[in-house]
Amino acid sequence: MNRESSQAVAPAVEMLGVCKRFGPVRANLDVNLTVTPGHVHGIVGENGAGKSTLMSILFGYYEADQGELRVDGQRRTIASPSDAIKAGIGMVHQHFMLVENLTVLENVMLGAEGGWHLQRGRQQVREALSRLEQDYGLEVDPDARIDELAVGLRQRVEILKALYRGARILILDEPTSVLTPQETAKLFDILGALKQQGVTTLLITHKLREIMTVTDRVSVMRGGRLVADRDTANTSRAELAELMVGRKVLLTLDKAPATPGEEALIVNAVSHVDRHGVSRVDRVSFALRQGEILGVAGVSGNGQSELLEVLAGMLPVSSGRFSLPGIEVTAARPTDPARLRSLGLAHVPEDRQRCGMVGSFAAAETAILGHQAQPAFNGRLLSRGRAIRAHCAQLMSGFDVRPPNPLLRSAAFSGGNQQKLILAREMETRPRVLLVGQPTRGVDIGAIEFIHRKLVALRDAGAGILLVSVELEEILSLSDRILVMFEGRIVGEVTASEADEQQLGLMMANAHTPNTDAMGLA
Amino acid sequence: MSRPAGELPVWVDVLLIPLLNIGLAFLVSGMVIVAIGENPLEAVRLMVYGAFGYDEAIGYTLYYTTNFIFTGLAVAVAFHAGLFNIGGEGQAYIGGLGLGLVCLATDQTLPFTVILPLMILFSALFGMLWALVPGYLQAYRGSHVVITTIMFNFIASALMVYLMVNVLIEPGNMSPESRSFAESAWIPSLHGLLAMTGIAVTPSPANVALLWALICCIFVWLFIWHSRWGYAIRTVGANESAARYAGINNRRVVVLTMCLSGALAGFVALNEIGGVHHRLLLNFTAGYGFTGIAVSLMGRNHPVGIVLASLLFGALYQGGAELAFEVPTITRDLVVVIQGLVILFSGALAYMLRPLFERIWLRLSLPEAVATDA
Repeated sequence: MNRESSQAVAPAVEMLGVCKRFGPVRANLDVNLTVTPGHVHGIVGENGAGKSTLMSILFGYYEADQGELRVDGQRRTIASPSDAIKAGIGMVHQHFMLVENLTVLENVMLGAEGGWHLQRGRQQVREALSRLEQDYGLEVDPDARIDELAVGLRQRVEILKALYRGARILILDEPTSVLTPQETAKLFDILGALKQQGVTTLLITHKLREIMTVTDRVSVMRGGRLVADRDTANTSRAELAELMVGRKVLLTLDKAPATPGEEALIVNAVSHVDRHGVSRVDRVSFALRQGEILGVAGVSGNGQSELLEVLAGMLPVSSGRFSLPGIEVTAARPTDPARLRSLGLAHVPEDRQRCGMVGSFAAAETAILGHQAQPAFNGRLLSRGRAIRAHCAQLMSGFDVRPPNPLLRSAAFSGGNQQKLILAREMETRPRVLLVGQPTRGVDIGAIEFIHRKLVALRDAGAGILLVSVELEEILSLSDRILVMFEGRIVGEVTASEADEQQLGLMMANAHTPNTDAMGLA
Repeated sequence: MSRPAGELPVWVDVLLIPLLNIGLAFLVSGMVIVAIGENPLEAVRLMVYGAFGYDEAIGYTLYYTTNFIFTGLAVAVAFHAGLFNIGGEGQAYIGGLGLGLVCLATDQTLPFTVILPLMILFSALFGMLWALVPGYLQAYRGSHVVITTIMFNFIASALMVYLMVNVLIEPGNMSPESRSFAESAWIPSLHGLLAMTGIAVTPSPANVALLWALICCIFVWLFIWHSRWGYAIRTVGANESAARYAGINNRRVVVLTMCLSGALAGFVALNEIGGVHHRLLLNFTAGYGFTGIAVSLMGRNHPVGIVLASLLFGALYQGGAELAFEVPTITRDLVVVIQGLVILFSGALAYMLRPLFERIWLRLSLPEAVATDA
């Protein structure tokens, strides 16, 4: 009823002058956002730029302190997610909100059972699901249990949940952070189908490539403000990156050619069999030299994570051997992370929240994780708090960790700063071998550039770096040589200068294996 | 900006909310007292007077407090490693056995200065032993420590009955008690010590074990927060995979933590057997081990909090007994109800008020921030 005469169609979402504070933190400041119906609208920004807060306001998790919200031209008060659902807004969270031991059908039905008699609700949902499947190409077996589904399919269930509740406006929060490249491509197909049916999509991400491929229009946030709106066709990654960070960003990495030295880590037919009897790592062999970055590419879940943990001493070797100067590890002669660390091996774990830090610890305590028994940090009986804090302050200044406060709880830092602290801790020991998993997962653009430069600097200082990443771009720009893993095996090796994304993608899917013979099992 | 947005300031969390929880518990207790036709304010007055009103009352309160500090610390230490030690009761009981045996063996021959360290050592060793087995089973066999420690409470109880009735009973005694120890194995009472310095106070069971309890508090504080072993314990408790990543041997940490926890619980025997009863007897633990769980929860697993919570529970025990004595309609059972309410509100419902305060805090901090920025 409030339609503005100047526009033929009212915007799907309008946020006018939205402000939101948390204590002293300005999460959103005078944000004006207009989303055209049927568009895929990207919202980009670094971690902490206020994207998630803005979307949480739209979905009713928070109420704005000031400002106005309009959906389809009508002014709305959205005080809770149920208000948002009533207004036709649905949200797919980065961490899925699914009950793992229920079926797809039951999850979609949850909270919309339609009375106490479940059978009728079930029938309704089943019909609705098959209709949605036809309309949008969202294929999922309604009777599969969530814990049997791959991540990409779980995300589809989340989308189905929102659509079943009548969403015409869909918010996707970092939807590709957990997806393989193939799953990402499928998600984008779905977004296309949704768009054809007139669904409006808000896509929160910090991956600029995705923005360029899939969106119609993009808004950039920085420091709580919406700093720019662009038609995707009229902008470039470089411009968006600059808008996000507020300065020019180098998207390509300048690095000198590697000068590999002697072998620092020799891996010989190493296997790891998990407790279900599955070979997660299957007769992997390679040699990592000092002064080179060896990338391990592969679709997530093909044994790269386990390979890292085996080499770090966290998982046992089932057969085969690997050796560093000073130690040879076999199934009969196991090792532990502390011993390997003392021999000059450092490890930046893939999942920093799970392994790399303790959220409730002060940053200073996280900064000695793994080095807690070192003489520098311990007196005869008590630990030396001042030395520990000074060490942390030094790491923080060397790696630009913000805020540089060793007493702040580790969990209170942003993802990028947590990662920088962990990298600082592991690189500061001047390791001979550095194992790195997903060094820039969930890290903002400015920090990615910084981390990459640090890794190259460590390589040039003579360390051998084993880099596992599911970001092909990262593998390509950092590595000197690239191994491709598939189902626990190494299916190919290429020199980085000769590699291209397409070829690697095919190898990752094991459709094309040029050099398997060269990888012969020693 | 030393804390994330919307997080409560520390004083609300550790001071205001616990105090309000106790207030709520007393409010509900007051309603119960009104319901049986007594004056709740009078009851509070009697309780406070009974706990702190005169020197003997204070002595009794401190004597109870001592037990709660030991059992509270025992629960807290285990908690920092993510372990829930429900077995403080049994560990204290067996700690008493250790202390009793060493006293019975040496009180005729050795001087006090030798016996006291032996008492400390053996109460700790026996308590430790009783926690070691559940700890080992948890670490190496995956039996949950909550289940095994509860079972070990029953085993301790049965073992003590057997030993007291069949082995350690004083010949000719009708009740299952050992002979009294010679005075060389008595832990000095506080009133005795004060008398030596010329201050006369009414005799009470409070004894030097209280000082040992306070020393243990300092030790636990240093150990948990300022030593590499405490670091390992806290890492295992907060994030087991991070501990594995750091090369910490989780299993060994679990066993060692349980041993330390059991030793602390075993010290209850110093206060009860060494300081008060001076002989081995049945059921001297009287539920202190279980109350230690509430003490630790309320004290947020920190020694300072545990001392304060212990003092509260000590006062509740002593003041409650006095109240039951003074007002005939308020029976001993009703006092147990009041204690139960305090445990309920400060232990089980400890976080009930938190969301409310988070909302209030958010409201309060908003206009102020807008004002400074506008």
